[in-house]
Amino acid sequence: MAVRKTSKKPNVSKDELLAFYREMLLIRRFEEKAGQLYGMGLIGGFCHLYIGQEAIVVGLEAAADEGDKRITSYRDHGHMLACGMDPKGVMAELTGRSGGYSGGKGGSMHMFSKEKHFYGGHGIVGAQVPLGAGLAFADKYLGNDRVSFAYFGDGAANQGQIYETFNMASLWKLPVIFVIENNQYAMGTSLQRASSSPELWTRGAAFGIPGESVDGMDVLAVKEAGEKAIAHCRAGKGPYILEMKTYRYRGHSMSDPAKYRTRDEVQKVRDERDAIEHVRELLLQGKHATEEDLKAIDKDIKVIVNEAAEFAKESPEPALEELWTDIYAEA
Amino acid sequence: MATEILMPALSPTMEEGTLAKWLVKEGDEITSGMIMAEIETDKATMEFEAVDEGTMGKILIAEGTDGVKVNTPIAVLLEEGEDASAVPDSAPASTPAPAEAVASAPAPAQAKAPVPIVDAPPAEDEIPAGTEMKSTTVREALRDAMAEEMRRDDTVYLMGEEVAEYQGAYKVSQGMLEEFGTRRVIDTPITEHGFAGIATGSSFAGLRPIVEFMTFNFAMQAIDHIINSAAKTLYMSGGQMGAPIVFRGTNGAAARVGAQHSHDYASWYAQVPGLKVVMPYSAADAKGLLKSAIRDPNPVVFLENEILYGRSFDVPVMEDFTIPFGKAKIWREGSDVTIVSFGIGMQYALEAADKLAEDGISAEVVDLRTLRPMDTDTVVRSVMKTNRCVTVEEGFPVCSIGGHISSVLMQQAFDYLDAPVINCTGKDVPMPYAANLEKHALLTTADVIGAVKSVTYR
Repeated sequence: MAVRKTSKKPNVSKDELLAFYREMLLIRRFEEKAGQLYGMGLIGGFCHLYIGQEAIVVGLEAAADEGDKRITSYRDHGHMLACGMDPKGVMAELTGRSGGYSGGKGGSMHMFSKEKHFYGGHGIVGAQVPLGAGLAFADKYLGNDRVSFAYFGDGAANQGQIYETFNMASLWKLPVIFVIENNQYAMGTSLQRASSSPELWTRGAAFGIPGESVDGMDVLAVKEAGEKAIAHCRAGKGPYILEMKTYRYRGHSMSDPAKYRTRDEVQKVRDERDAIEHVRELLLQGKHATEEDLKAIDKDIKVIVNEAAEFAKESPEPALEELWTDIYAEA
Repeated sequence: MATEILMPALSPTMEEGTLAKWLVKEGDEITSGMIMAEIETDKATMEFEAVDEGTMGKILIAEGTDGVKVNTPIAVLLEEGEDASAVPDSAPASTPAPAEAVASAPAPAQAKAPVPIVDAPPAEDEIPAGTEMKSTTVREALRDAMAEEMRRDDTVYLMGEEVAEYQGAYKVSQGMLEEFGTRRVIDTPITEHGFAGIATGSSFAGLRPIVEFMTFNFAMQAIDHIINSAAKTLYMSGGQMGAPIVFRGTNGAAARVGAQHSHDYASWYAQVPGLKVVMPYSAADAKGLLKSAIRDPNPVVFLENEILYGRSFDVPVMEDFTIPFGKAKIWREGSDVTIVSFGIGMQYALEAADKLAEDGISAEVVDLRTLRPMDTDTVVRSVMKTNRCVTVEEGFPVCSIGGHISSVLMQQAFDYLDAPVINCTGKDVPMPYAANLEKHALLTTADVIGAVKSVTYR
């Protein structure tokens, strides 16, 4: 596969490339394992995999600083791994065990980590966007020099509350980056069938919010765009929109037979635009790593993911008393 | 080591399926992500992707096989260097034990609700004897509560339509912009859904917002954030993160404002675990309960009433006057019947009690004050004494607060009841505009008197 032209002569260190490779591979292998555990009945309900979209969270996390906040929808496993949450805790939440981030009460769609500034994991399409602007509101109110990432998909981009939020975020100059992960399908409805204007990065124009379209399959391009957006926010200029052109390889959720697109379409993206293959090529062509080096990383990741799966299988189910806890915080 | 490939569950409800088609054959190289087979579930035909890499050693279940149970081995994958001869000829006789999580599903019957939140003796007076009292309107009491809490805690702020420069659509926030400035008293555009979400998000990150809805009718635009975002997050996060936020504003009917501005949402919000719900009647309760609401680490829905805003009540002059949630207040003691109400319903309950006294009927009047937690213990104790009960509320009759109280009384005081409980409610119609029709749709003091006479067989 040819190295894409989007990232010109990549100005990136060997260590950074290796880190990108590792982190993206961790997400992909983790998700494949989650799919497998779902197949075995160990994970129930809805399970939305992030396979194909890995470059977005990995690139933006590389641009972010400690204390920056993030919030997303129900397709959230990748975001959690990228911001440093423990794969064991995430996988154990998927299996509904006490060792999960929410003690088994949240599941795939609802996890949080105050420590890593990850604010969920929300199941109502679009609702995380005003919530994310609210995180930025708090930072501005408290005088913190932080930014917040509010992630949403091309489907959510048509929700009314997004535009209410754009208006207030711009009016109040909130330091929030709206990241539109355009994977081209809102469940089974393609962007063309759902959006009167498919250029989602222009959706803030009416509110004076700058935006740009980014190759979301190129982790270097993602990071560069992220740095620009963050600088805009930290300079007090208000929100910024990044439309990440990406692709989801799997169905909307585990039970989606994905009949709305052809197998060839998926295969073509895998063959020509895969984010992990891209970094792999950069590493090999730049002589930053050998096949053997990369195999060793693959092996490490396999161990981490298998350990997470083991932990998720062995962690006990929550005690029945837990049904009645965490409904109210102690006044 | 050879890896068994198991029949996957490909939907939340799938127990078995048809192995419709193999897309690989024995000896094929398998890579991660490759589609190996098509499987028909209870819902659709799904493609089954490989997770592990290797060589297809043996296909154990032929294509076209129906009723293949989830987790049955369907094929064996060989690792680099392994030989197909290592694979047994046929599928293992027994399917492996289902995953432990499935096998040891807990018996739900063992789960038991904890004791009711409230089990306190009858509410004692929160106001020490001899305290100076000052006549205050409900409107002023609410403003004083917010201002006192904002002086006390910099993370508390007020947000809503017309709360700042206009001084509040109903003048509740009069003077607050002047005292606290634009950082903490924030006018919003007319976008309830959006600003309720922003405020809730800010509460996740350390602030304590007070969101004013011009009326709770408009909060219908925002109810997703009140319920899905604010009320459920603490639970969904296993206690890591909650939403300390107050949603307040007018609720219920004013006068002649029609169906879309007159709805009483008391029973709607009272149904939701994770929310606390307050509906005060007097100015003192409005103040003490709003101060508690602002300090509470949970989301609180605080239902006010436009007609009551201008009513004056005695409010204690105290440094820091708060009223705990979940404590009903007995406004007058009586022996013949218990009248239970809250919010503006109390006006009818108290008027009825006065008139009934003239007829020699002694009514005990209980103000619930908070609907969640709800102090049903005080109601039960009162009914054990009076043996009769009438509930009074402005909302609709179906699934009403009164309906819930009736159910509690049936379960906890059945043997004490000398008459069926009667629920006085608004009529089961959208609020009409015409003066005569509106009057007819609303609850009246006469309705309450009639109900009391009925349960006391007078």
